Amino acid sequence: MRLYPRDTQAFRGHFTYQNSSEAIRRFPFPFPEDDYIYSVNIEPHVLPGPEGSVYEHMLDIDEHYLSETAERDMVLREDPDRCLAMPHMRQACWDLLEFVMTHYARDYPQHFSFERQGDDCVWVNHPLNIRQSFRMGEEGTLPTSPLELIGRQVQGDIALLDQRDGDLFMDAGVITSPADWSLAFDAGMSFKQWHGPVPLAHEMGIFDRALKYLCAIQVGGPVRRLNWTMTIHPRMDSSPETFAHWGKDRTTITPDNVGQDVYLRVELQTLVRMPRSHALFFGIRTYLISLEDLVTHRAWARRLHRVLKGLPEELADYKGLSRYRETVVDWLAHYDRQPEPQY
Amino acid sequence: MSGHIVVKVSAIDTISPVVKQFTLEPCDRALPRFSAGSHVVVSMPGQDRWYRNAYSLLGDPADTSCYRIAVRRQEASRGGSRFMHEDVAVGDHLSISPPSNFFLPRWNARHHILIAGGIGITPFLAYLHEFERQGASHELHYSFREDTTGGFSLELQQRLGSSLHCYQGARPDFHRILADRPLGTHVYICGPQGMIDAVTRAAKDMDWADTRVHYEAFAAPESGTPFVARLAASGIDVTVDDETSLLEALEAQGVEVPNLCRGGVCGQCKTAVAEGRVEHRDAFLDDEERKRHDCIMPCVSRSLTDTLVLDL
Ligand code: FES
Repeated sequence: MRLYPRDTQAFRGHFTYQNSSEAIRRFPFPFPEDDYIYSVNIEPHVLPGPEGSVYEHMLDIDEHYLSETAERDMVLREDPDRCLAMPHMRQACWDLLEFVMTHYARDYPQHFSFERQGDDCVWVNHPLNIRQSFRMGEEGTLPTSPLELIGRQVQGDIALLDQRDGDLFMDAGVITSPADWSLAFDAGMSFKQWHGPVPLAHEMGIFDRALKYLCAIQVGGPVRRLNWTMTIHPRMDSSPETFAHWGKDRTTITPDNVGQDVYLRVELQTLVRMPRSHALFFGIRTYLISLEDLVTHRAWARRLHRVLKGLPEELADYKGLSRYRETVVDWLAHYDRQPEPQY
Repeated sequence: MSGHIVVKVSAIDTISPVVKQFTLEPCDRALPRFSAGSHVVVSMPGQDRWYRNAYSLLGDPADTSCYRIAVRRQEASRGGSRFMHEDVAVGDHLSISPPSNFFLPRWNARHHILIAGGIGITPFLAYLHEFERQGASHELHYSFREDTTGGFSLELQQRLGSSLHCYQGARPDFHRILADRPLGTHVYICGPQGMIDAVTRAAKDMDWADTRVHYEAFAAPESGTPFVARLAASGIDVTVDDETSLLEALEAQGVEVPNLCRGGVCGQCKTAVAEGRVEHRDAFLDDEERKRHDCIMPCVSRSLTDTLVLDL
């Protein structure tokens, strides 16, 4: 896989982000059915997944690696609070560093290497031109905290959840591309608290079941799920803190620009038990695709049309789609010209 | 869960007349890392059936060159511990599950009080390595009989010094231990059910929040009245005698039920019940779920009716 050059305009300013045909082909389209059913769509993250797919490796990297790490760097400079760890997460942060380095080096040996003699380690990241020697577990041997060091080199957001009292707490993470949520705000919250705003799910007992399931995840048994929303322009950082920059974009969608400006935003979420601390790694790899690119795949266009048309009002509101949903549905209707079934 | 691990027994040490410590080394692949409080399930080929018992890993979590477990020989042995004591020799191979953990230290606690009874010391031996490394404030109250598990006390004396409190053949005064502790103190109990009950009662008396009290029973599933489990799909009847758990009885018939803790806490073995009433002994289901009698945790729970029809 080719990692495209670092590009600081990709996800802001002139929005130079683009998907190659290869990226479109492997896009994780999230709808298995025409109706959108709110369910706990969690499945085992069985490795290796199909070759070339986003599921092939534990942690997926693609052509946007360099642009995304550049974007991450900009967000962290503007707002250092996007990276934080509570003191009791120390062990978990080292777990995370070792986990990422091990998997990147094993799965992408052309780009990364990780050598280890006891606690003496050497990490090399060729794409970002980093060579780091350090001693595992000794904070003083790194230029920054282990969380920030590795957080800046991963594609996708990461949170570390502490497990206690049968609940999960968001006590550490590096979050630079949230879909309308904020680490500083959710930090220290429990699973149920940070899912508080999701409509419909509570009544259905979904969270109780999901939480029990997540708490039982063990070392060696990672799981994954897809989550989706839509966004205007390929904007990665849609956090509440920067709402002023992006909130108003939702009012700009017209039948003429809908194809270029509206993006489907899909998160591949992975949950992996960290071996030493027993913290739960929560990885959020975000994929963006413009509607124009999406409709090159006819079956996707048809299905997205049906899903959006039937989406319950509360969910459309929650996902922030209400202002432009109709425009999108009308535009997609061209790709769904099958006669309605007659009864 | 995924994939069993084959290990070689590289040492067997006698800790006391009834406790042996086994050192397990990897054979074909490196041993997975583990967190303090983890256990593995050891599968043992008995004469007429397989035994599977969960044992805490007591070594240093930073060292995965080998695993260490300690096995106390149970008088009324259900077979597993006797097998470990009599039939396992250095050089033998054993099959174990990857480690899982349902008894984790609270990383955000300010002070840790560990209370161990007998062989219940094992998970704490791993805790201590982690506490020492992280400089976490802790103390250990260890109650044992010299001829059973006292063998660990010498090593502990050296490691812990004055924060070790031994109670040889005597019961500690749990009210005294828990009195006047600042918030941020957590207590962990591992030992026989009677000890867990006594400590949790003392904690209640002194208004400790439940979230500061943690325990793990090490005892094997308790015995009960025999019953018959009928498998709805095949109509096969499986007899569950008084000493065998439903999970073990199913496994003996070749029926594999997913499981992790074999102690009623993880929820993995949950099985739907079509008919009959369940004697719930797990710590996983909530009251609502219990009342419905439509599911069972077969690793610990039993039947109140002569027959229990399972959706299997
Ligand atoms: S195996 Fe864990 S509850 Fe039964």
